[in-house]
Amino acid sequence: MQTLKSRVLVIVALVAMSGWALFPRTEVVRVKRDGVFVLDTVKRVPLKRGLDLQGGMHLTLEVDQSKQAVADVSDALDRALKVVRTRIDEFGVAEPVVQKVGTDRIIVELPGISDQQRAEEVVQKAAFLRFQITDESQALEKAIPRIDGIIKAKGITVAAAPASTDTASAAASGLTALMQRADSAAAPAGDSAAPTASEGPFRRAILPGQMPGQYLVASRDYATIEALLQRPEVQEALPPGKDVRWGVDSILNGTDAYRALYVLDSRAIIDGTYLVNATPAQDPLEGAKVDFQFNNEGGRRFRSETGRHIGDNMAIVLDDKVMSAPTIQSAIGARGQITMGGRDLQAAQDLALVLRAGALPVPLKVADGRQISATLGEDSIDAGIRAAVVAVVAVVLIMVVYYRFSGLLAVGALALYVLFTLATLAGFDAVLTLPGLAGFVLSIGIAVDANVLIFERIREELDHGKAVRTAVEEGFKHAMSAIIDSNVSTILTAAVLYQYGSGPVKGFAVTLVAGIVASMVSSIFVTKTFFLVWLQRARGQQTLSI
Amino acid sequence: MLRLLHGTKIDFIRHWRTAVIVTVAFVALGFGSAAMNGWYKYAIEFTGGTLLQLRFQQAPDIARVRSTLERAGIPGAEIAQFGSATEYTVRAQEEAQVAEQADGASGVARKISAALEAEFGSGAFTIERTEAVGPRVGAELRRGAVIAVLFSFLVTLAYLAWRFEWRFGAAAVIATAHDIIATLAFMKLLDLEISLTAIAALLTVIGYSLNDTIIIFDRVRENLRRNRREPLYDTLNRSVNETLPRSILTHATTIAATMALLVLGGEVIRPFAWIMTFGIFTGTFSSIYVASPILLWVESRWPRQGDARVAAQSARA
Repeated sequence: MQTLKSRVLVIVALVAMSGWALFPRTEVVRVKRDGVFVLDTVKRVPLKRGLDLQGGMHLTLEVDQSKQAVADVSDALDRALKVVRTRIDEFGVAEPVVQKVGTDRIIVELPGISDQQRAEEVVQKAAFLRFQITDESQALEKAIPRIDGIIKAKGITVAAAPASTDTASAAASGLTALMQRADSAAAPAGDSAAPTASEGPFRRAILPGQMPGQYLVASRDYATIEALLQRPEVQEALPPGKDVRWGVDSILNGTDAYRALYVLDSRAIIDGTYLVNATPAQDPLEGAKVDFQFNNEGGRRFRSETGRHIGDNMAIVLDDKVMSAPTIQSAIGARGQITMGGRDLQAAQDLALVLRAGALPVPLKVADGRQISATLGEDSIDAGIRAAVVAVVAVVLIMVVYYRFSGLLAVGALALYVLFTLATLAGFDAVLTLPGLAGFVLSIGIAVDANVLIFERIREELDHGKAVRTAVEEGFKHAMSAIIDSNVSTILTAAVLYQYGSGPVKGFAVTLVAGIVASMVSSIFVTKTFFLVWLQRARGQQTLSI
Repeated sequence: MLRLLHGTKIDFIRHWRTAVIVTVAFVALGFGSAAMNGWYKYAIEFTGGTLLQLRFQQAPDIARVRSTLERAGIPGAEIAQFGSATEYTVRAQEEAQVAEQADGASGVARKISAALEAEFGSGAFTIERTEAVGPRVGAELRRGAVIAVLFSFLVTLAYLAWRFEWRFGAAAVIATAHDIIATLAFMKLLDLEISLTAIAALLTVIGYSLNDTIIIFDRVRENLRRNRREPLYDTLNRSVNETLPRSILTHATTIAATMALLVLGGEVIRPFAWIMTFGIFTGTFSSIYVASPILLWVESRWPRQGDARVAAQSARA
């Protein structure tokens, strides 16, 4: 009697704990309201759904070593992790996961985000900001013959050679319009604006632009010129102490599109490390832009540097691309702006965000990316729930038809099984994935196995002519070794799955283990207690409906 | 009291030769098909590559989708209907495309969606799902999957050797190996690809089949203790017969669950449900027709010391 009472108490306690674990609770989450992220409290069941069930994005990031080898990848990733986390926090995702996995990867999970490209840009953007003065010394002019020499010597085919003369002169004439608008500083560059056929292909492909240090390349030549500039021998021939950088946007002149190529002083007058704030703004004249602010030290330095370069052009270089190159009218203090060149306000928002979060210490690349729409996730949940309901109904029918009263007890245990499993998942903060959901449905079918084993055993004992109470006791006792051995071996398999699986499969393994443990508790302990209660109330009962 | 197959005395083990023929024929069919129609298809996560699941407003012209992708520089992309008439998957798994993803996995996906948007107009379809896996990740997963299967074997063998004895462990592992091979043959016949979910299903099949084998072996263990004079052949048969009602019932409930998944679980989970459904059959089959004869055979080769039943049983076999 004493033991029976304590058994019932244990079950009540387990149910209470499970109920508590699954009870909808208030949580503080970030939600988007009128386009702004605010903290809000919501009530919900604490069962975490995986990305495949709620929709969203998963990214695995690695250090991109294609351009430059990184000595200590793990350490670099730790530093990158901080930056990525700050950016994601500002990006505004309800419950993001930003996590280092192993020593060489960062995992980013963004529930509810569907614009993959935008999210990847925010995460991956190096956001390395530099301010450099454009070259005034026509340094590239001296290098052009050298580069053309290399082209000749190596037999490299460059640019749109067949039509190059036509193109170049047409472009040159078209450019006059652009150049007339340019200020007088562009005049020296204009002198060489008449390329002739006798000159090398490189000279023909690059046309002087509107300001010192700026050249224009027809958009269709961009790829070949870029490939040429990347060659090591050409890199060597470029003027020392200067950087050659592309402009970020193409310039339209009539029907022709050009890309700007800038020659800049390698020494940056200031870089993004001094930046303390950046905010997106919309300007009626210049379109979207980002206003930024330096700290005190940066402001002093910026003022003195710009003061020395009044009248020069200052290129704003972001990730090795020139955003714009305005002429310095007067000394600039702590504040400045970056115009977005026709891109929209969202682009400005994203840029401001990455500038505030700081530059990535190492370039990152996406090693794998998955994205699932919210509708597909909902469909999956609906389908999973439908399947689960049908499975439960079928299992209940089979058990009750076959085992009658005892079957009902098993169904009661099954109900507790479902409750325990979900509570375990909630308690361990496990993530319910689509394979996990499937595993859960499957486990409903398997969960009754232990009860079936026990019931069959009880039937056998009854066949041997034992009294009901003894048959029940013996049935449970003898079925135990089979239940334990079979379940432990499954748990071991699941543990292996967890260890070597990834993502959704891990979720599956967790659900499987939670299911097995819950099924053992419910079928061994709970069902037995049900039987004991029944035996207690129907004292002297001669038959058992099983 | 409703009873199915109660008190049967079927001589299961006698039919082991037929069972071998059935198994070999089935596996030969599966792998023969693999030899004829090409080897297994691996899912994106193993090979690297890109998969897009698209939902079109109206059923699109597949030839047009294909030619659009070819023009966009993605030749050989596989376009397949996925569930309803308006849903399609596009997968680019060719080596060149995978290599293209080394610097950033999502490049190809972006290219595909841009090309389709240009051809069909934006809003003509929505992207339901994208998977883009770089080559390195794929290779790692492949290795991980093989390790997982082998390791689960070792763990099982050790556990059974401890709880029963090595003979039982070996027989159970061989029965399990049979299940894996049979399930792989089944996957080929249904043209299911090898994916992470498929591996998870396969490992669940292993677990389920082991369950079944262990429950029969548990009975064998008990009957051996109780009845020391009985030949192992008879003990095995008796144990299978005694556990038969349990097997029938548990299979019924498990099949009910996998059928529910198969019919209602949705397209993504369907391969998983197929593999599990088949796995329940092969698991049951192997527990009776593979594990038991193997145990018998092991016993005849390496008899337990002072065991009289070996003579009787080898005389029968």
